[in-house]
Amino acid sequence: MRLIETIGKWLDARLQIGETIRETAEHSVPRDTASWFYVFGSAALVVFMLQIATGIMLALIYVPSAGQAWNSLQILNHSITLGWFIRGLHGWGSDFMVAIVLIHMVQVFLFGAYKYPRELTWMVGVLLLLVTLGMAFTGQVLRFDQDAYWGLGIGVSIASHVPLMGSWIVSLMLGGPIIAGATLTRFFALHVFVIPGLLIGFVAVHLLMVIKLGINEWPMPGRIVRKATYVKEYHELTKKDGIPFVPAAVWKDMFFSGAILLAVAACAIYFGPFGPSGQPDPTIIQTAPRPDFFFLWLYAVLSFLPPSMETPAMLIGPVVVIGGLLLLPFIFGEGEKSWKRRPIAVLTILLVAVALGTLTHLATYTPWSPVMDAWSSLPIPAEYLHNRSALERQGALVFQVKQCHNCHSLDHEGGKRGPALDAVALQLTDDQLIRQVIQGGGNMPAYGKNLSPAETTALVSFLKTLHPEGRPPARDAALAHAAGSVAPATHP
Amino acid sequence: MTLLGPSTRREMLMKLGIAFNTIVGAILAVPIVKYIMSPVIGGEKSGYDSWLSLGDVTQFPAGETRLAVYRNPVVNPWDGDTADLPCWVRNVDGQNFQVFHINCAHLGCPVRWFPQSKLFMCPCHGGAYYEDGSRASGPPERGLFAYDHKIETGQLFIKTGQIPAPGIASSDASSDGEEKPPCA
Repeated sequence: MRLIETIGKWLDARLQIGETIRETAEHSVPRDTASWFYVFGSAALVVFMLQIATGIMLALIYVPSAGQAWNSLQILNHSITLGWFIRGLHGWGSDFMVAIVLIHMVQVFLFGAYKYPRELTWMVGVLLLLVTLGMAFTGQVLRFDQDAYWGLGIGVSIASHVPLMGSWIVSLMLGGPIIAGATLTRFFALHVFVIPGLLIGFVAVHLLMVIKLGINEWPMPGRIVRKATYVKEYHELTKKDGIPFVPAAVWKDMFFSGAILLAVAACAIYFGPFGPSGQPDPTIIQTAPRPDFFFLWLYAVLSFLPPSMETPAMLIGPVVVIGGLLLLPFIFGEGEKSWKRRPIAVLTILLVAVALGTLTHLATYTPWSPVMDAWSSLPIPAEYLHNRSALERQGALVFQVKQCHNCHSLDHEGGKRGPALDAVALQLTDDQLIRQVIQGGGNMPAYGKNLSPAETTALVSFLKTLHPEGRPPARDAALAHAAGSVAPATHP
Repeated sequence: MTLLGPSTRREMLMKLGIAFNTIVGAILAVPIVKYIMSPVIGGEKSGYDSWLSLGDVTQFPAGETRLAVYRNPVVNPWDGDTADLPCWVRNVDGQNFQVFHINCAHLGCPVRWFPQSKLFMCPCHGGAYYEDGSRASGPPERGLFAYDHKIETGQLFIKTGQIPAPGIASSDASSDGEEKPPCA
């Protein structure tokens, strides 16, 4: 022990840094901030360190070559001792990092931490969120599988919408005319050098400001932030009722970060690494690419936007969202900090959370996509064929062969792109059914050219049988009336 | 440390030093920027926009749509499978052809051809196209991107180029209009 002390003293006599570290560690923080609500920032930092460590370990094996990357991931998964575990840590670490950064952001938003004088801390935090998402996306590309390949295609399509510069951006992003080797190497450089460099720089500035300006005090309803008086009040608070950050507050950070690291490791062991899915061979088109978890909401948004809204939404949406986040501390730089007195802030968080949650949930089962093999793998339920005429059964056959089942479900099986047809006969009359099948419309393709008159007749006669028992199918009121006026004449 | 009075000479030397480094920086920036921007300003490499054979026309029966695969002419040795690109070839009537990019006009996912319902369907966001490539339903703003093509000495040639994307494919749109679909 004495030796360590001697070496420490020798080093500090030359480095001259011990005093600064001690002062920083023991700086006074408001007593209430030694709270379990204040542990997310440090946890994000710790997970980032895990990502650096595991990332370097993966780089020992990974080959950033379009022809070899996928194979090197297989070798990591199956041949290298514990390669699967390091991949698992890195993959799950990525998800945890995005999640913790988001939770941290919600916490500082609800606690009013972005208000004066911490505006810049918040803005750098917004940049940190963006580079964290940038790491998540580029990391998904490095897992060079089918999802990565077609995910790049989606990136190209979105980037191409930028006015004037679209084709430049696409060329710079791909490094060539198509998604190929040059694309992967540039995403490797981004993921391993450029974005981590930015991330480290932003983290340094962010932390420096947290220390220099002091951690945000626990918001009390009625304690109003005013630019003229805030700094003085904060100093009084830390002087009168302050505690040293180390050790009084830091132990909670340590326990939480440790628990998070354990959780990452548990996920890595229990669920294993992410993929890779199929080989990045564009000629294998039997694939349904999906983005990683934290981009699923975007995937859902892109399928719900009507064509006319898409370009404006892609171009203006990010500007509004990012600009709004950056400007937030300038618009609401003073006033109440407590979430108890900021109902609109709470509602905003709830609304965004419900929206993102719903979109993410939808993207896990993609009701907007046709089920590509429903026509050949999902039979029509037997009860829909009992006691049917030959023509109606022929229609059921047309329903399968023409892939109607890919978009329309029967008895909850099949595509959900179009409406379920279990009771379609209640909603559409014969003529309306024929019109809908032949002309399409309402997001349904027209089948007029692909169905013979006989096929259409058979199909519609099958569709007419699709109604609950005891409820008669829809009929044309005009025709029914005509029939009704004839009927009495036959029974005078 | 004062920069006034007797140290004006040092001050001037420091300013000169800054100016010197600015000039050196600017000189070095030219090749660096050129290197970074090479995919944009490097000009069309040989192989961009070149005509490429998809093979004998007889491989593509009249009235049918088949998947064809070609190797992209601009290729690096480490591209692996990514340089093999698929496309859909439609032989309209034995004389007229249409060749479509595999990429959905919405966000580039690979569309699949269903000969039974004569539709191209996209697995990502549910775009659908008729057999002539025109938009049938879903989020795409337009029909499938088409290659320029020609038939010479019994071979089907396509003009390869960049990956198509909705924002930059205005040149492709013209070939889309070769055969306007009768609005069914």
